[in-house]
Amino acid sequence: MSAVLETRGLTRHFGAIVAVDDVSFQLHRGELLALIGPNGAGKSTCFNMLMGQLKPTEGQVLLDGEEITGLLPRQVWRKGVGRTFQITATYASMTVVENVQMALLSHHGEILRFLPFATRQYREEALALLDLVSMADQADRHCAVLAYGDLKRMELAIALAHDPKVLLMDEPTAGMAPKERVGLMKLTADIVRSKGVSVLFTEHDMDVVFAHSHRIMVLNRGALIAEGTAEEIRTNTTVQEVYLGGGTVFADEGGAAHA
Amino acid sequence: MEFFVAQVLTGLANASSLFLVACGLSLIFGVTRIVNFAHGSLYMIGAYTGYSLMQVLPGAVGFWGSILIAGLVVGLVGLLIEILVLRPVYRAPELFQLVATFGVILVIQDLALLIWGPEDLLGPRAPGLRGVVRIMGEPIPKYDIALLIITPFVAVALWYLITKTRLGVLVRAATQDREMVGALGVNQSWLFTGVFALGSALAGLGGALQLPKGGADLLMDFNILAPVFVVVVIGGMGSLPGAYLAAIIISVLNVFGVSYLPESTLVLMFVVMIVVLMIRPYGLFGREEVAGEHGQVGEPERPIKPASNTVRMVVAAGLVLLALLPLYGSHFSLVLITDVLIFCLFAASLHFLLGTGGLVSFGHAAYYGGGAYVAALLVTHVNSPMELAFLLAPVGAGLVALAIGWVCLRLTGVYFAMLTLAFAQLIWSLVFQWGDVTGGDDGLVNIWPAEWLKATTVYFYFTLVIAVSGILILRHVAHSPFGYALRAARDSERQAEATGIDTRKVRLLAFGFAGFMGGLAGALFVFSKGSVFPNELEIARSFDALIVVFLGGVKTLAGGVVGAGFFKGIEEVLIRFEYWRLLMGLLIIFVVIAAPDGVVGSLRKGLERVGLRKVEDQ
Repeated sequence: MSAVLETRGLTRHFGAIVAVDDVSFQLHRGELLALIGPNGAGKSTCFNMLMGQLKPTEGQVLLDGEEITGLLPRQVWRKGVGRTFQITATYASMTVVENVQMALLSHHGEILRFLPFATRQYREEALALLDLVSMADQADRHCAVLAYGDLKRMELAIALAHDPKVLLMDEPTAGMAPKERVGLMKLTADIVRSKGVSVLFTEHDMDVVFAHSHRIMVLNRGALIAEGTAEEIRTNTTVQEVYLGGGTVFADEGGAAHA
Repeated sequence: MEFFVAQVLTGLANASSLFLVACGLSLIFGVTRIVNFAHGSLYMIGAYTGYSLMQVLPGAVGFWGSILIAGLVVGLVGLLIEILVLRPVYRAPELFQLVATFGVILVIQDLALLIWGPEDLLGPRAPGLRGVVRIMGEPIPKYDIALLIITPFVAVALWYLITKTRLGVLVRAATQDREMVGALGVNQSWLFTGVFALGSALAGLGGALQLPKGGADLLMDFNILAPVFVVVVIGGMGSLPGAYLAAIIISVLNVFGVSYLPESTLVLMFVVMIVVLMIRPYGLFGREEVAGEHGQVGEPERPIKPASNTVRMVVAAGLVLLALLPLYGSHFSLVLITDVLIFCLFAASLHFLLGTGGLVSFGHAAYYGGGAYVAALLVTHVNSPMELAFLLAPVGAGLVALAIGWVCLRLTGVYFAMLTLAFAQLIWSLVFQWGDVTGGDDGLVNIWPAEWLKATTVYFYFTLVIAVSGILILRHVAHSPFGYALRAARDSERQAEATGIDTRKVRLLAFGFAGFMGGLAGALFVFSKGSVFPNELEIARSFDALIVVFLGGVKTLAGGVVGAGFFKGIEEVLIRFEYWRLLMGLLIIFVVIAAPDGVVGSLRKGLERVGLRKVEDQ
């Protein structure tokens, strides 16, 4: 399989702290890859370097073999990478469909046009995208009044507007009700299958991670400690140690009980 | 060397009252987030009150006692202002409160005129400190020496109050995180009131303390405002040591400027500010402001829609009514409506930046006055035909706006606003002091329109066509992809940048465009009056536009124009009364309290409440 997105030795220092330490991985075409790890493991830092919000101290990011390290977020986006945010970032003064239309206008390079009415541009395409995430019926609502789960779905529609090769989703289900979480990830998985998009996502909800991801990577203290299928990760002792502790505290107790 | 020392000492002495006024403003902003435009007025009351008290109280005790009492009196005035005017509007969108403080400026101006009369008052000399002392052969007024000694004491006392007392801890905590302080059980409203009173008292003290050097007059409120804002911004909003250092820098520099480059004194201050902000964007001791995700605080703006047919009919009917004015209106009404139309275009151009762009520009007069001056300079110096000058004026203003925007857009929030103010003042002081070219204070005269436009009626139609077209273009652009991109950058810069929008470029173009339209208004203005003076560039002119945009409603597309039409119209009526500022000020304060969403926004909500307008999907 060919890698759509690849990192080589990605490292980021904040002063003396090494937030991300020599992370190398590949995201394959059509893959749903999860990046998990405890709080403070460096997941968001990693994400921000992929998307251009942060410049890596060392290392490279490659998209389809082309180096995109250090490009600005909007340049990375133009190369075909979409993203959704951990905390939704939406245009609160616009309607749902206009939010999506903005991304389409930008994609078609029409941001600096003064003549047409923006609200009449690419409306059909935007509605089709909203239909994909089952939001078409709410297209003309003011986006400031939407429920949080709906905002997340709208953001997904925005992220798909320029037909990205890669979709980066930072905690896509954070802040959603359990039922909605599964729904959103199922939707994402369907889109991956139908559109051939590759998705890298971070997540805290393990149900979501194990149910839909093709492959899982585990980050701890800035370094990748494990990588594999759901089953491999579940049984990996290092991962268990990171998430549940090494068991050293209670090991003696267990021993004493047996004695 | 002797001269040098003497200059530094004079500068330090001058820094004293500037420091007091500035740290009052800084404290108030730090805690309440209110940009208190009325701070200069409090300073003025301090001076007048001090003067009156000194007439009554005798001797040295009386002199110094008067200064202290003046401080207390102004503190009390501040307390009343906070409780009566500001408390009702704390919940209003950010910066809306500054409109209320502007109303206070107008009220205080007329009250001062009423109580103390129009003559400038010469400050009494301090008893026992009348002469000069010679330091290294140079004469230094004794009072300057006294100020030199007093200021550090006041500064240390303030420093002690802020760093060592419980009140100080609360103030510092509130400066960093108001909500947290509230959540920990501190009564915020009294904290705000206390800080506002303290800041006001400092302004009053500053006003009274400078009496022997400067006296009291009715212009001192606006005159102090620019230097005080400069000091606060250079020092860093909310930082007392910063304010102290900045006050010294500015004052010393000013003294040297007077001796070596007398034409540059006004310019110098703003150049320093611009340089400091370029190197340290949040002032010498300021911290980066944590900007919110959404450019506009409070309830998000409603989605905008192209005008419905009903609205178009109403507007068309209004325009027909205006177009027929020469048939039923007097000569005076033509002049008046011409003025109102020009002002509406000016306000609409600011509204485009402020509302659609979320860019709070405090210096929009730079483009309006700038446009007027470009035209006037072309006519005066190269004998340009009126038509050409009229076309080039907005272009010139737009270029100025692009240059200013290019620098200012590095900053956000209040620092951005202050930097735009500084640039506007820079242009004003250039025009004011470069008399050979700009005519300085005497302005440029004989700037009449071409022969075919000379008649009042013809110029009225000319203005009607140009101003209305300008307003409609501004409105249409708000609906265009460019206008939407500007709103997108305002609502969520993060999402905009992550979807390929170059927010800086979009904002810069918006600056140029708004500057162009402001310059167009300026060009209409200069040919309607036949002359232009530096006051078309000054802070007060920027504030005029700012106030009507806020009063009309920032979060509504029509807010700028409606606010401008409404308030300019009322002003034209009120101006015939002797104390029109008092009435206007009270009216502004009333509107601020009664209609916190602005005239248009509140009207819309009111109509929805009584069911005359459909509530959209809430």
